[in-house]
Amino acid sequence: MENLLEAHAVSKKFGHFTALNNVSIAVPKGSIFGLLGPNGAGKTTLIRVINQITMPDSGHVILDNEPLQPHHVRDIGYLPEERGLYKSMKVGEQALYLAQLKGLSKSEAKVRLKYWFDRLEIGDWWNKKIQELSKGMAQKIQFVVTVLHNPKLLIFDEPFSGFDPINANLIKDEILRLKNEGATVIFSTHRMESVEELCDHIALIHQSNKILDGKLIDIKKQFKTNTFEIGIRTNDDSSLQKEIADKFVVSPADFRTIGDELKLKVKLTDNLSPNDLLSYLTSKGEVSHFVELVPSANDIFIQAVKNH
Amino acid sequence: MNHLPLIIKREYLTKVKNKSFLIMTILSPVIMIALIAVVAYLSQLNNNSKRHISILDESGKISSIFEDSDNITYTVLENVSLNDAMDIVKEQENYGLLYVEKQLDISDIAKHIKFYSEESPSITLISDLEGKLEKRLTDLKLEAVGVDIKKIQSAKVRVDIEQESFAGEKTSKIDSIMKLAFGGAAGYLLFMFIIIYGNMIMRSIIEEKTSRIIEVIISSVKPVQLMLGKIIGTSLAGITQFVIWILLGGVLLSIVSAVFGLDLMQSQLPREELMNQAMNNNNMTMEMQNIIVAFNNLPITNLIFAFILFFIGGYLLYSSLYAAIGAAVDNETDTQQFLLPILMPLILAVYIGIFTVIEDPHGTVSTVFSFIPFTSPVVMLMRIPFGVPIWQQLLSLLLLLGTFMFTVWFAAKIYRVGILMYGKKPSYKELIKWIKY
Repeated sequence: MENLLEAHAVSKKFGHFTALNNVSIAVPKGSIFGLLGPNGAGKTTLIRVINQITMPDSGHVILDNEPLQPHHVRDIGYLPEERGLYKSMKVGEQALYLAQLKGLSKSEAKVRLKYWFDRLEIGDWWNKKIQELSKGMAQKIQFVVTVLHNPKLLIFDEPFSGFDPINANLIKDEILRLKNEGATVIFSTHRMESVEELCDHIALIHQSNKILDGKLIDIKKQFKTNTFEIGIRTNDDSSLQKEIADKFVVSPADFRTIGDELKLKVKLTDNLSPNDLLSYLTSKGEVSHFVELVPSANDIFIQAVKNH
Repeated sequence: MNHLPLIIKREYLTKVKNKSFLIMTILSPVIMIALIAVVAYLSQLNNNSKRHISILDESGKISSIFEDSDNITYTVLENVSLNDAMDIVKEQENYGLLYVEKQLDISDIAKHIKFYSEESPSITLISDLEGKLEKRLTDLKLEAVGVDIKKIQSAKVRVDIEQESFAGEKTSKIDSIMKLAFGGAAGYLLFMFIIIYGNMIMRSIIEEKTSRIIEVIISSVKPVQLMLGKIIGTSLAGITQFVIWILLGGVLLSIVSAVFGLDLMQSQLPREELMNQAMNNNNMTMEMQNIIVAFNNLPITNLIFAFILFFIGGYLLYSSLYAAIGAAVDNETDTQQFLLPILMPLILAVYIGIFTVIEDPHGTVSTVFSFIPFTSPVVMLMRIPFGVPIWQQLLSLLLLLGTFMFTVWFAAKIYRVGILMYGKKPSYKELIKWIKY
């Protein structure tokens, strides 16, 4: 797959503090790329390098097969985590100003703003001042301003913070729609469930280093431990538990069911397949539950950071 | 992509459309004029109040010289004791009592003159009395040794030195005052402008930081562009405000002076008033001519060009520093420690302008400080009306320009890093570090 954006060995130091150490990422065209990491890992610095706000000490960034240049700001839409608008300026004026800074003509910006304001049903805010709006309302306007110039690359840093669930969903759908229309998205967040939901690729940055990257599915495969959650009904739970524990690596499980079957987590050793486990269990009783435990993005995040 | 015009336009419009800006623009001249009118009115009231002074002259040689004037009337008390005289004065609520003891020798009379009053008397009144008494007693003494006073008076000569430069330009005292007025006004204007609009720039940058819009904007434009756009936009708004002030002030001033019939120009320029008094002998037309000649004598073209160039240079120099401060801090209360080093040279410049340029416009101190970039705009503007060689002006401008470029570079560095730093108040040490980022 062709990459829209490639960062090659980007390093950045602030004084003695290393914010990025030799970080490379590749963002495939048309994907949603999750940029993850604990607080202070260097995500924002990397995003700023991509936005040409910060110049890297070494390394370079390629956007659409070209080294990053000043005119590329038109191809990028950036919604920073620390975001805001001029408080005493009217919504419409402000949106027009920001759109013009991104290179749109005034008339073009007006047409597109009208489209987006209608779409998000915020048309009657045009003449309001930002200080009259709620935080969520202001966030909506920021979202519109970010995507207005149809950038090839969208960068969202915690896009859902400040939104109620309904509006968060609305924004999520818009992001997915933009992706389907051909935009590439870099998505930085601490909310792992939205990573799970949205991201095709992820990169994990920890203490200025990239410690993990790839397709989310591949990473999950890499992190899975061949552990299965089972539920089984027998007459004698305790003797069966002992028996299973002798053959496999077992730990107690806790999942919700309607019955009172024996619940266990079973980790398979390398020479055994899930079928071996299943056929063994069916011979012992009635299997009510058999699920492979696939690590969530959350698990992967925690484990990767801990192991590092 | 050049967004500078767009940024300037936004900065200008938001400033100009701001309610407090509008109110300030309209109210300030009104308040100023009202203040001037009140002060002028009060001082006139003060001058108009009549004072009654009683005189008890036991020597019998003095009292004849006191003649009633517009403000002071004199009553000569006779054949009463000092205590009675005091009682009378108190009873009649007179301003005071001048008491001259009976002495034989004139020198002794001079040593024994007293003024009694309820409150401490005004200094001008006392010096007025002293002047009169000295003159009278001197005359008496001269008479005593047989000198004809009339001869002395007719022998008195009044001298007005005519001043002329080697180039043949005639100058006068009025000339110097005009020069001072123009230079002082130019320098002071620049000083005020820097402080008012520098602060405005700083506040607007802090606002951008606290509203967190800054990162959105600098993902579209270069920080330097944003900074310059801010400085230029705010300055244009400032110039608009100044022009409105001058126009409005002029209109209001003429209205007020017409209504109150006050000679406002005089109360504003006490020095000029003194000059007028000193030259009372000359007739009015001569005076007007002198003023016009003095005005024509000013190096007007030079003054205008220098004003524009030094004004722009000085203003940009300082406003870039204000911008850097705005970027470095999170809120206005944190700005104090950084503002002080900026204000120091500015205030120094104004003091040097007032104290040394007036005394000696081409002396070492004034000359040196008119070259140092941080003081040169103010000091040089004050010096120029007195005639400064072109090479000095150019050199000073060149130094100013160089320093300006340096401060803009410096401010841009601080700005670039500072606008993205939240939460902590940086120290000077950290600011230096930022330059290396």
